[in-house]
Amino acid sequence: MTDLSCQIAGVSFKNPIVMASGTFGFGKEYGAIYDINQLGGLSGKGLTLHPKAGNEGVRVAETASGMLNSVGLENPGIHAFLREECPRWEQLDLVRIVNLGGNTIEEYVEGARLIDEDAAWRRREGRTAVDMIELNISCPNVKAGGMAYGIKTEIARQVVREVRAATTLPLIVKLSPNAEDIVGMAVMCQEEQADGVSLINTFSAMKIDISKRRSVFENLYAGLSGPAIKPIALRMVHQVCQAVTLPVMGMGGISSAEDVVEFIMAGAAVVQVGTHNFVHLRAGEQLIAGLTAWMQAEGVQTLDEIRGIL
Amino acid sequence: MAIVLANEEISPGVLKLSVQGRFTGKMGQFYMLRAGERYPLLSRPISIFDLEEDRLDFLIQVAGEGTTRLSELKPGDRLTLDGPFGNGFPPLVGRIAFVGGGIGIAPFYYALRKAPQADVYLGFSREPYMVEEFRALACGNVTVDVGGSILEKVDFRKYDTVIACGPQPMLHAVQRKQEESGGQANVYVSLENRMACGIGACLVCSVKCRDGRKKACADGPVFLAEEVVFA
Repeated sequence: MTDLSCQIAGVSFKNPIVMASGTFGFGKEYGAIYDINQLGGLSGKGLTLHPKAGNEGVRVAETASGMLNSVGLENPGIHAFLREECPRWEQLDLVRIVNLGGNTIEEYVEGARLIDEDAAWRRREGRTAVDMIELNISCPNVKAGGMAYGIKTEIARQVVREVRAATTLPLIVKLSPNAEDIVGMAVMCQEEQADGVSLINTFSAMKIDISKRRSVFENLYAGLSGPAIKPIALRMVHQVCQAVTLPVMGMGGISSAEDVVEFIMAGAAVVQVGTHNFVHLRAGEQLIAGLTAWMQAEGVQTLDEIRGIL
Repeated sequence: MAIVLANEEISPGVLKLSVQGRFTGKMGQFYMLRAGERYPLLSRPISIFDLEEDRLDFLIQVAGEGTTRLSELKPGDRLTLDGPFGNGFPPLVGRIAFVGGGIGIAPFYYALRKAPQADVYLGFSREPYMVEEFRALACGNVTVDVGGSILEKVDFRKYDTVIACGPQPMLHAVQRKQEESGGQANVYVSLENRMACGIGACLVCSVKCRDGRKKACADGPVFLAEEVVFA
């Protein structure tokens, strides 16, 4: 009997396939294509306290085995999310993660407090819409805040500490590969009582339109994702797993069941899948089927048998 | 996946790509296409040019890597295809004009099958293409312009519904022309934004509108001209 289940901070995942923030909306669009309840979890579009219009101009460009995006955290704001998306999230049977962004520490804390209050209110009525918070200190596409908090460990510490104090929900901190010291960042998250870390967000990157002689993107730089970044992501996940006992959600360019196995062998508790959702709209169910087939072929019964073996 | 039936260059840098199979689609909808399964990574949004019982045709301008790869497909090759996506054209009422600029003529061929009474305006910067095919379908007038402005030949006041598709400067000019002509007709623009998912999840095809951001894929690709804020 093949068992794909995983646990993070007392939250059970049916399998290690979690959809990454910013690539899966709030699950509605993909839910119209396949049954998303078979997934381990989903991390919703990054939310800020107030609605955000996102960046102007071109927002996407393909690169060699990857893509650049410059969406700039366009989102409806936390209030609209709680009001309009949570009733549907209550009906979902997978781990539901709110990705929380912010421009200032106060915004992060107020956002976390709102989500926490909403969860407590629903809990009293026997309902749940949100299982975890993923704290986004790593978006490269927002000038104020976002990644600004994800570069220096001691600046990030303050955000993690204050958000930790503002919520009793399991707290995952999403790390940037643009951090000065991603391992130090993960150690800090452990010291500050986070329940886990997820890594990596996109690499800050660039593309120039040589005919116009300017950047393709209004924001100058954009975030690189896709298979191109996988080997670096895997190395970073491995390094972080060596340094902390916190559960790690590994991500970066995963596009096959074999990639999932690599991240778990590197030590990840679960994985997140982003860009691959654009490449194959049914990526989630394909990866679950592929991982199950691989485990059966290899005689692996639980993921614990291969997790962190390197 | 789908099988390529035919792929011919009908004009320099412009392809007519036909795929085999039973597909669905409404006028103005699009499919997401890429030549290989693993490369390019992202599919490209391409309008339905024509749809028959056992085939689906696209008109494609070779513009970059993704479309170059599509141009190299040969009959019998496989390509990756998802769709149809988008809302397509609004209900066509009264006197109708279809205004296409360059590759923007593509969605109007299938639309003309559904509404052959429409007048068609086709603008090209250089060599025109597909004009005879449009003439063969049309019951109304087919007006062609090469090297000038096709918009100058359209009198919006003669129509109840105008739909335009083409490069962004042309669509911006459509918006201004509607304002100048008193705004009686319902004027729509079909946008050709870059996309990644095609279904409304990734927000890279975002369109700035008077009442906030909308998605070209899921909310469009057809918008009222007056609603779009052009850069």
